[in-house]
Amino acid sequence: MEPTTAPAKPQFSEAAKAEIARICKQYPEERRKSALLPVLHIAQAEFGGWVSPEVQDLVAEVLGLAPIEVYEVSTFYTMFNLKPVGKHVLEICRTGPCMLRGSDELTAHLERITGAKVGGAPSEDGLFTLKEVECLAACGFAPIVQVREKYYEQLDTQEAVDAMLLELRNQVHRPALPWEENGLPNALANN
Amino acid sequence: MAKITFDGIEVEVPDGTTILNAARQIGGSIVPPAMCYYTPLKGSGGKCRACLVRVAAGSAKDPRPMPKLVASCVTPVQDGMIVENTTSEQVMDVRKGIVEMLLINHPLDCPVCDQAGECDLQNFAYEHGVSTTRYVEERRTFEKIDIGPLIQLHMTRCILCYRCVYTADQLTDKRVHGVLGRGDAAEIGTYIENIIDNDFSGNVIDVCPVGALTDKTFRFKQRVWFTKPVNAHRDCENEKCGGRVVLWYKGKDVLRVTARKDEYGEVKEWICNTCRFDKKETADWTIEGPAHIDRSSVISANHYELPVVNPQVIADLPESSIRDLEQNPPMKLGN
Amino acid sequence: MGRKLLTEHINVEGIETLEVYRKHGGYRSVEKAIKTMTPDEVVEEVKKSGLRGRGGAGFPTGMKWSFLAKPEGVPRYLVCNADESEPGTFKDRQLMSKLPHLLIEGMITSSYALGANTSYIYIRGELLYVLRILEKAIAEAYAAGYLGKNILGSGYDLDLYVHPGGGAYICGEETALLESLEGKRGNPRNKPPFPAVQGLYARPTVVNNVESIAAVPVIVNEGGEEYAKIGVGRSTGTKLISACGHLNKPGIYEIELGLPVEEFIYSDEYCGGIWKGRELKAVVAGGSSVPILPKELILKTAAGENRLMTYESLSDGGFVTGTMLGSGGFIAMDETTCIVRNTWNFSRFYHHESCGQCSPCREGTGWLEKVLHRLEYGHGRMEDIDLLVSVAKQIEGNTICPLGEAAAWPVAAAVRHFREEFEWHVTNAKDAVQPGAVFPGKAVLV
Ligand SMILES: Cc1cc2nc3c(=O)[nH]c(=O)nc-3n(C[C@H](O)[C@H](O)[C@H](O)COP(=O)(O)O)c2cc1C
Ligand code: SF4
Ligand code: SF4
Ligand code: FES
Ligand code: FES
Repeated sequence: MEPTTAPAKPQFSEAAKAEIARICKQYPEERRKSALLPVLHIAQAEFGGWVSPEVQDLVAEVLGLAPIEVYEVSTFYTMFNLKPVGKHVLEICRTGPCMLRGSDELTAHLERITGAKVGGAPSEDGLFTLKEVECLAACGFAPIVQVREKYYEQLDTQEAVDAMLLELRNQVHRPALPWEENGLPNALANN
Repeated sequence: MAKITFDGIEVEVPDGTTILNAARQIGGSIVPPAMCYYTPLKGSGGKCRACLVRVAAGSAKDPRPMPKLVASCVTPVQDGMIVENTTSEQVMDVRKGIVEMLLINHPLDCPVCDQAGECDLQNFAYEHGVSTTRYVEERRTFEKIDIGPLIQLHMTRCILCYRCVYTADQLTDKRVHGVLGRGDAAEIGTYIENIIDNDFSGNVIDVCPVGALTDKTFRFKQRVWFTKPVNAHRDCENEKCGGRVVLWYKGKDVLRVTARKDEYGEVKEWICNTCRFDKKETADWTIEGPAHIDRSSVISANHYELPVVNPQVIADLPESSIRDLEQNPPMKLGN
Repeated sequence: MGRKLLTEHINVEGIETLEVYRKHGGYRSVEKAIKTMTPDEVVEEVKKSGLRGRGGAGFPTGMKWSFLAKPEGVPRYLVCNADESEPGTFKDRQLMSKLPHLLIEGMITSSYALGANTSYIYIRGELLYVLRILEKAIAEAYAAGYLGKNILGSGYDLDLYVHPGGGAYICGEETALLESLEGKRGNPRNKPPFPAVQGLYARPTVVNNVESIAAVPVIVNEGGEEYAKIGVGRSTGTKLISACGHLNKPGIYEIELGLPVEEFIYSDEYCGGIWKGRELKAVVAGGSSVPILPKELILKTAAGENRLMTYESLSDGGFVTGTMLGSGGFIAMDETTCIVRNTWNFSRFYHHESCGQCSPCREGTGWLEKVLHRLEYGHGRMEDIDLLVSVAKQIEGNTICPLGEAAAWPVAAAVRHFREEFEWHVTNAKDAVQPGAVFPGKAVLV
């Protein structure tokens, strides 16, 4: 075994740095803090679907903020995962209109077949984290699951749910984002 | 200048003055209570809703009443405005409701709380509360967190007034604590283990209206009403600190040092951590004489019942407080 | 068949590209406004149109625009509210993902009218995929000279950016949205000052909903008076209705304001009736925060008149027997729906989404949820029902922002119209907790 060393400080990939620079230009120079939410999204995509304290400190450094300013924000908004997650985070809408069309049943079903529990640790194979969220603005196509930037709609049949899970199981790595060259996620390019 | 009528009393104040500050110019029992507003802290106020008043006429130009009660601490006066506070039944009623809301998740552990006797929530509840609680749900609790050797944080007592956050923002050069999470899960914290330590960080203790932030160096922990406040000063090396303080004595011992406050509990001059935490000998100070504590409180109003809140309000103390009480029985008066 | 002012071309192949969009008349309003009208003339047309904010409150857009402070030398902003998170509402997402250029065109024309040189679209973070669509379309608009410096040779400059949120319903409230756009927690601000005077970066700002902005091109193209001819009384123009819940054909419908509610629910042109051949029990007509109405009161007013899809008709009867058009999130519930469960679900939503700044909302939303949870799970007490009404009243009107009311109204209305069903949950708790249990009684109509 290698001797253990302190974990390396996280670093953004070059592509992400360029994207952050582009985003910062959208706001007045002295209002750099405005870029915080978009940059947290980039960070979450870059570093495995969650933002560790180290990653949040990196965000603070990049934007010239005090770390507490980032913590205050990351804990306010529900999209930022503050603990490690499975490869795919299934965000299941639980609000009224989705409940009327079976979201409770969908949640129970997903718990059964993935083995993960809502709000709990990822499934044993590390593939799925289940998270309940509030209305995703897709109520007419209920019930809904969001995985990263994709909406899976009308999941009220076994076939629809199976198709979603199959698609996710077959993903070797997450879909690349617009600024990532060669269609390769930075998280990979990073390693 | 703007002339307004507050509870039937006329007062003239500069334009831009808030309704609350206009009422404070009149003074006395018509002044609305304030649990979050704090004059020296920019941006404070508007949150607790304790100071809601009714605007019966918006201004001379537009004398219509305002549709909702307004927070007097953040609403500027208009010339010709007519405001009702103690004269409005609606306001009194709503205020009762605010007390109830602030207490439903409060641990009501006054008997073991350092702030008892100088707690704004205790006073507020005593003066405006109702005598029974309708809350039968489980109270919110938080994990204990350690913010260093000088300041003690009891999150369960916090009413999220944000005063300590503004204080750290406006007084210290590096804020390490803030409000984390949201809704009723929001809490004061540092997120990662961190110590609140900065030349002026101790001031968060003085601004905290409840016993959420208290002085860990408070020697021999005493009920405040057994201590004697004395004004004192010293030549403080810190140029931003005036060194004018209140020493709280028990016999010959200085138990704690605080900033001086006005009758509304607002700090008149911030003090540095050296004065507050390190200078606990009489020899460190030039004594001026007994401090007059202007603020009315449950104690100064001679309500010495124990525990020191409206006794009926805590008819059903939560389990955790009862446990604390058993382990830590309140002192008997007169000892 | 009603006129479709916004969505006429929504299903055209390739309409998300500038080329196809322009083929179908896109960007005409930009040309017309910038080349032939002064900014004030544009504002005047919007005033004449009678357009009312489509985000929920229904405030006249033209009037809002005329309140914008214009101090010399201070930049001002137009911010589009694309936070769409009011349960039951999903129109903005559809509009933006299928017709991105319509929103962009509206933003350019509106920014010109307001004299804004930088504008933002604040989109809820969950819709990052829509942000990508918008950014692609914006790049096309820059390339075509509709955005950037010296637009169409007029000397007018405009930069347009899309900003994602992070998951918080409260950021739909306009001042919370501005805080969020500044990179902070979404805590609503105390008002005054209003955004028209001190908004984004403490500068004068107008915040408008996606659908409001998207209506501006039609108004500029056809004229405010033409637009105002559609609709009934002070409810002019068309409105996107997000229909969901137990309907045969849920989805987005652009309706002319004034359509009878009954026709909207039952006609095949719209929702096609209640699913599974069931009866309608109740409707929440304008997004989860508006009062729920039982079938009888949503179809007809207390006075027996046909209820229409207009701001005025839906609110006929005030909070006793009426409701609101709100954001147009139309949630239908069939006869098997448990009102207590549904009310608890909505309460949990508001509890979860309260920013936690002010005490009545922070504490009160949690209290409501806990009491409702007990009732739904068979641990209710008779006095809980009045307690709910009382707590709701303690929140309502006493908070910093209207989320307090949004949390209180659904509870108060549910108890008002379905009190017996709440009581049944106490007296027949064992039956009521069975999955799929259906209350056998009736709603209260007055
Ligand atoms: C809690 C809360 C949530 C809101 N959510 C939204 C929203 O998601 N989208 C929206 O356009 N307006 C929302 N609003 C209304 C906005 O505050 C604001 O009135 C609106 O964006 C103004 O645009 P309009 O005049 O074009 O309707 C919300 C208001 C409150 C109080
Ligand atoms: S800890 Fe004290 S000062 Fe800080 S927010 Fe809580 S109650 Fe206010
Ligand atoms: S009403 Fe609720 S959401 Fe609005 S400011 Fe107060 S706590 Fe926040
Ligand atoms: S309720 Fe699930 S998307 Fe709206
Ligand atoms: S003192 Fe005015 S709201 Fe708290």
